[in-house]
Amino acid sequence: MIDLSLYVALGMVGLAQLMAMVRLVIGPDTGDRILALDTMVINAIGLIILGGAIWGTQIYFESAMIFAMLGFVSTVAIARFVLRGDIIE
Amino acid sequence: MLIEILIALVILNGAVFTLVGSYGLLKLTGPMSRLHAPTKASTLGVGSLLLGSILHAFASGEGSMHEVLVMAFLFVTAPISANFIAKVNLHRLRGRPELPPPPESRDWATYAEK
Repeated sequence: MIDLSLYVALGMVGLAQLMAMVRLVIGPDTGDRILALDTMVINAIGLIILGGAIWGTQIYFESAMIFAMLGFVSTVAIARFVLRGDIIE
Repeated sequence: MLIEILIALVILNGAVFTLVGSYGLLKLTGPMSRLHAPTKASTLGVGSLLLGSILHAFASGEGSMHEVLVMAFLFVTAPISANFIAKVNLHRLRGRPELPPPPESRDWATYAEK
């Protein structure tokens, strides 16, 4: 039953990733595209965690942690670049 | 048996909230209301998935609490990035004339001299 729920959850999070990708493509303004990228990073963390649970290993935890850190830093970097024209002044 | 039902429910709960967050991102109209939807995915969605992963690891014999680190990092950084995205929307869509004056005598940091 856990396996079935893991695969169903994998499909749902993958569908969510596709929806965020559609918003990334059609997003009317830069803020929407930044938000879509942030959401895609969140969904990718969810997918990595689900993959780690399906294959029963602990090594995917590090990649999830790195995804979380890089996603936050890149979101802040893009937002600062759009606002200010420069990232580190 | 009971722990299996609990793990399945927690994981499906997280997946449903993640899906709802991205569906709201796609469906809502207006940039500021779109900002509201994915917060469900980043707190309750991924939080439930990580909790399910912790429970699954304990149930299969090699328990670890590593995922709590990812959860704490996401919970700390989600408001900061949301604040930045809201500021991008505010400054790009409203523009200079509609912004309220900043509380002190200085200008907004976006428009201040470098």
